[in-house]
Amino acid sequence: MSDKPLSLDEIEDELAMLFYSSQRPEEPAALLVPLMRTQQDFVLRWTVVITKTNPELAYQFASHAAAALKVMDEGGITEWILSALDVYDRKGLFPSSAVLQNASDFAARLQFKDVVVEFDDIAGVMAHFVQGLSGRPLKVAPSDEVYTDSDSLFLPPRLQQFSRQEDNFRLYKAMAAHQWAQTWYGSFRVDIEAVCAQYPDPERALELFHGLELVRLDAAIERDLSGLYREMQVLNQLADMPEPPGRWQAKVSALRETGASITDTVRLMSHLYNSDLPAPCCYQGSLSPRRVAQAMQARLEKEKALLQQALLRMQEGLEGAQAQQDNPLTPAKRRFGTQSEGAEADIDRPPELTLDGEPIVPPNDVQALLRSIYQDLGDIPDEYLYAAGDGDYRPDTSPQRPPEDVWRGTYHEEGAHLYNEWDHRRQDYRKNWCVLRELDIKPQDGPFVADTLVKYAGLVASLRKTFEALRGENRTLRRQKNGDEVDLDALVEALTDAQSGHELSERVFTQSHRVERDIAVLFMVDMSGSTKGWINEAERESLVLLCEALEILGDRYGIYGFSGMTRKRCELFRVKRFEEPYTDEVRARINGIEPQDYTRMGVSIRHLTGLLQAVEARTKLLITLSDGKPDDYDGYRGQYGIEDTRKALIEAKQAGVHSFCITIDSEARDYLPHMYGAVNYTVIDDVRRLPHRVADIYRRLTS
Amino acid sequence: MAAQILKSEQYLVSEEPYYESVGREIELFQAAYNNQLPVLLKGPTGCGKTRFMEHMAWRLKRPLITVSCHDDLTASDLVGRYLIIGGETRWVDGPLAEAVRCGGICYLDEIVEARKDTTVVIHPLADDRRQLPVEKTGELLTATADFSLVISYNPGYQSVLKELKQSTRQRFIALDFNYPDKSLEQKIVVQESGVDPQVAAKLVKFAHMTRNLKGSGLDEGASTRLLVHAGKLIVSGIAPRDACRSAVTEALTDDVEMLTAVHELSSSLF
Repeated sequence: MSDKPLSLDEIEDELAMLFYSSQRPEEPAALLVPLMRTQQDFVLRWTVVITKTNPELAYQFASHAAAALKVMDEGGITEWILSALDVYDRKGLFPSSAVLQNASDFAARLQFKDVVVEFDDIAGVMAHFVQGLSGRPLKVAPSDEVYTDSDSLFLPPRLQQFSRQEDNFRLYKAMAAHQWAQTWYGSFRVDIEAVCAQYPDPERALELFHGLELVRLDAAIERDLSGLYREMQVLNQLADMPEPPGRWQAKVSALRETGASITDTVRLMSHLYNSDLPAPCCYQGSLSPRRVAQAMQARLEKEKALLQQALLRMQEGLEGAQAQQDNPLTPAKRRFGTQSEGAEADIDRPPELTLDGEPIVPPNDVQALLRSIYQDLGDIPDEYLYAAGDGDYRPDTSPQRPPEDVWRGTYHEEGAHLYNEWDHRRQDYRKNWCVLRELDIKPQDGPFVADTLVKYAGLVASLRKTFEALRGENRTLRRQKNGDEVDLDALVEALTDAQSGHELSERVFTQSHRVERDIAVLFMVDMSGSTKGWINEAERESLVLLCEALEILGDRYGIYGFSGMTRKRCELFRVKRFEEPYTDEVRARINGIEPQDYTRMGVSIRHLTGLLQAVEARTKLLITLSDGKPDDYDGYRGQYGIEDTRKALIEAKQAGVHSFCITIDSEARDYLPHMYGAVNYTVIDDVRRLPHRVADIYRRLTS
Repeated sequence: MAAQILKSEQYLVSEEPYYESVGREIELFQAAYNNQLPVLLKGPTGCGKTRFMEHMAWRLKRPLITVSCHDDLTASDLVGRYLIIGGETRWVDGPLAEAVRCGGICYLDEIVEARKDTTVVIHPLADDRRQLPVEKTGELLTATADFSLVISYNPGYQSVLKELKQSTRQRFIALDFNYPDKSLEQKIVVQESGVDPQVAAKLVKFAHMTRNLKGSGLDEGASTRLLVHAGKLIVSGIAPRDACRSAVTEALTDDVEMLTAVHELSSSLF
């Protein structure tokens, strides 16, 4: 290859082949002409790769690559492309084009890579952290506005305020902790909007309210979580917080006392409304009283209804038990109530539930409800404790689904499993790319199973024999150093030896040793459209024979059929789950295996690997019965499909699952060794031999 | 191999083991023992089941024979076997047979871990027959009134393989153990590790934080035992954050995100 840069025409020709006809290659080509040849090649190579994902995206890339090369090296560009493709996979074309159009933004972020903390990277840690702190579970979500609605904590998508990464992480923690403290120490137990509305300038009043609450909550954190408080102070120093005004300092000290509550904050507001306010601190975010009120109202309404129903259930349960002992004639109207232990209610512990003045221990779900209500209101109001039946309000646990979600595909993904898929061209995963569902196969009655057993009667008999020989049995090991019984032969020998002056052997015991076959195996059966006809029949026959054999062996096994069409609809059909016995129902399901659509193998392998991981067994096997290459409607074919399947198999291997493939594709020798490895597959040339061979192959594999 | 034949006296607990009663478990156990009923202790790991047994053995002045069950534990490991000693075969009692003979308390810790055939030998002991057939010697041992059988079991493991069969569990008086409440747990940590009460309070608080996470990433919250370990490290001069990390956080999980989160929780306190 020469080093001479490509000319305008040459680049145009290359690009024209890749783009849609509506996209004119002249402009990007002109931008690429001044580059060095190696850079041109680099850009063209990636353009080819991106075209496979989306030609419009490739066009955007080609148009901005030259500018990007001025601010990043090739490694940076690669990261830039991968992040754009990631965005494309998750959010679509428009947002990903935006990433490509803003190369300098990305370069700037790349430069601060060692400083920036991204929300996505800390979301998991923060969620655990906040849940650990105590109180009702809170969600964390990214948002440009930092506030809480008392259900979720909203944190910035990324932080780079401080020059060290760990300080930015601390800032996340402090923000989350401050918002958590608002929900935990009762900032929302007053109607903040109403309080602020009493002042001429409600916005200034809200600012004042927040400033006072910051003092109160920081003091509470200092008492309960001193380590965290110290870190928050470090942040304030780093951020160069100015000293609060003197008058403020003197007035707010009451809020630092133990037992200071939201009423103290409200009381102080009138004293300080006309004085100077301190500057906001770096982690306080903002307050959104309206959204808090909305979330809280919805939650309380739901919890009230749930609590009342739960109390009714408890009451009925208690009465049922007592009716037999007590005088059944007393129609006592029983009343629930609460009593708090000690004079001062503990913030951690809601008042105890009582029934007719006697304390009772409610079940866990009721306790959680009581705690959550107590956390919001600081009290359990009496009307909440009225045991009521199914009143007007039915808590609707499944909220109405906005119709547009259906089109965005989120509806289709509900309850489904999401899996990454390997894109060999990018050398990276497409995140949550495949949507997989487990479905039930429709059982089909019929004489098929019985017929098969008759048809292969001779084979079944010989299978029984061979498999019985394999079965784990108690074997007595002789001449052991220790064991359950004395091995008399060995002992006599040992004693004779001893009498004739030899050393007395220690090996005079027998040990009963159970040869356990600790094997769990999953069969993944091709249910693609191409199996229609006798391949399908051969598969079903093989499964019948296999089940007969496996029942003798006692190995744990499951059977799943796989098929689907496009990444949005990958399907695994349950024929037999691990824990399910081999019943008539299962037989009818084997009979019900029907050819469906396509074969997207990678995602099925990933899902079944997960199932195998959940099983405790020494040996875990995944055996695929297939009739051809991985193939799906939306470009999952050729090298792409093979590489993804190979990657899924490598993942399975890392998870301790051995994979094996039995195929009837006579061309399989071209690609199977690459996917499964040189020895982990068998090609059966004649479909009719499949039933004869499958059980036999299984025997060889596991003995 | 020299067989060591243990004397039952050495199983006697001579000094009072420290134990704080949480509910009425001492009373209940005493009553079950007096009525010759076997006992099942349920509860999460490290909440004091074993310590409770030591304490009860001391109270009742009976030898305590503890067997930690594992998946290779067979019936003959419990009942006994023949050994060759000096050219002769000699029968050696297993821990269960020994407890029956000497009228002690046999405590089978984590019974579900043992092989299934072991349950067969405890069944006749656990009902009103109170007998232990020793197949190999042809003996049928009948337990005296002093003998007591206790098993423990952690219902927290959600594995199907580790469930106690109904035919077994329905023979026992069940005592439910859980972590003690805050002030009591603090007292225990102070007593056991010698750490000062403020630090102990923080440790207990930390344990509660981890227990909040049970089911959403952690299989089990920090046990009282782990707190005692952390307390001991702190008394030996280890910084509290490091002590929590080594004694508690790392013991709870291997998941990187969870490790970070739990570590941040302990750092918030100290």
